[in-house]
Amino acid sequence: MLCDNCKERDAIINLTQVEHDSKVTLHLCEQCAQLKGVETGGAVLKSPLGNFLGALGKGGGTAGALVATGADGVRCPACSSTLRDFRDSGRLGCDQCYITFDAHLRDLLRRLHGSSQHVGERYDAPGDLKGGGAADPRSRLLELKAQLRRAVEGENFELAAELRDRIRVLE
Amino acid sequence: MDLTLLPDGGMRWLDASGPKSTIVLSTRIRLARNVRGIAFSQRAKDTDRKAVLDRVLEAAAASDHLSSAVAFHLDEMERPERQLLHERHLISKELAGLERDSPPRPGAALLVQDQVGVMVNEEDHLRLHGMWSGFDLEDAYAAVESVDGELGKLIPFAFHPEFGYLTSCPTNAGTGLRASVLIHLPGLVLTKEINKVLQGLAQVGLTFRGLYGEGSEVVGNFFQLSNQTTLGKTEDELIDHLGKIVRQVVEYEEQARDVLLRTAPEEVEDKTWRAYGLLKHARRLTFEETMNLLSGVRLGVGLKLLPGPGVYTLNKLLIYTQLAHLAAMDGRSTGDRELPTVRAAFVRRLLEDEPNVEPR
Repeated sequence: MLCDNCKERDAIINLTQVEHDSKVTLHLCEQCAQLKGVETGGAVLKSPLGNFLGALGKGGGTAGALVATGADGVRCPACSSTLRDFRDSGRLGCDQCYITFDAHLRDLLRRLHGSSQHVGERYDAPGDLKGGGAADPRSRLLELKAQLRRAVEGENFELAAELRDRIRVLE
Repeated sequence: MDLTLLPDGGMRWLDASGPKSTIVLSTRIRLARNVRGIAFSQRAKDTDRKAVLDRVLEAAAASDHLSSAVAFHLDEMERPERQLLHERHLISKELAGLERDSPPRPGAALLVQDQVGVMVNEEDHLRLHGMWSGFDLEDAYAAVESVDGELGKLIPFAFHPEFGYLTSCPTNAGTGLRASVLIHLPGLVLTKEINKVLQGLAQVGLTFRGLYGEGSEVVGNFFQLSNQTTLGKTEDELIDHLGKIVRQVVEYEEQARDVLLRTAPEEVEDKTWRAYGLLKHARRLTFEETMNLLSGVRLGVGLKLLPGPGVYTLNKLLIYTQLAHLAAMDGRSTGDRELPTVRAAFVRRLLEDEPNVEPR
């Protein structure tokens, strides 16, 4: 069937409208349907995530843009990022940002995920296990090695020597 | 770099041994993690990135799951080699430094052992991922989770009692889990039902992307379906939900194929044999055309209209007809104008090795 509008292309969409109490069905091709504001298959494929959440997932920039303005001057003490940085890039600077911008992020997380409460697996980082559980001895060693690297970088050689001895004992 | 260090080239999933593997090519699980107290990647200095990489390498060496992992230091690799890893779905475009004017960052690395990989210094410090053949969310998640569990005991991850695992982009916070399946839906595309299905996905909290994930185009009727949200549900709930919806989509696809067979059997048969004929005899093939023809052949094999080639061969063709793979195989640059000829010759060779596919 040819398109009722252009009479050139094949009709692929049936558009039913109610005008003056009577039902009118138009058979339209994709182009003419789009001109009439009907979202066609092609258009959906090109812009798949037309819905709110979808758009957020496509780029962090959009997530950042959802944070209210007003607290732009607040700076994260750990990485010195501001809320404006987040709005511009859609990326947070460090884990402390989640505490610094707590209220704004809680609101954003609710809008993004429908909740801000993690209910998945709980996690205790090595070294701060509660209930008297001992950390994996390997993690103690890795932590000392990381401290050693920092000490050497900071030219704190006294501490470095001490750390090296403790590592040797553990190894 | 020596990719032969990786058994199966890091792509055991190609073997089509998993459930529903004619329709679902692969299942992928990804977990985003960051090291506590170190600036996230975008804000990180080179020394921070180096510290992250050192910690991951040391933890891997001390672990059971990654102790014999192969490590690729992307900032020390040439572009075609990085592109090769990207084409194998082992690293993202961003980590590979393939975007214009953004070479790989210092400390960007990939560790791979068996079917699990860890991208280091991507958008998050660690992105653990595993790819499984067919539709197999449970096995893929179990494998990635056990690596995560072990690394989490060796490296302090950033975790918040309310927000869960903390990630550079809040869209990944909470579980940090993205589960996805790569699914072939020609039946739904041909019957024009696909948009209804894709719109439905958005309404149930799922999303779709192209072959290479975020920002990539849909080619050859291959879609990547994944969860949209990561917070407020448990890992099992997220995976069960995706699994339930994917099973439904597979059912719709099977129904659409039945409709095609009932209403236009000759057209479908013609389409698949034409696709096979072109692949078997063409002298020049672009990647996009190859993908579309492979889609036609895959449909024919799924419907048993074509007696072959095997799904393993079709999967291999998907990967090895890509630019960097062809270039590496034939000792050419990825900009070589003869690559379409090389591609067609490679396709012919692989199809000739298959048991005879003759018309019934």
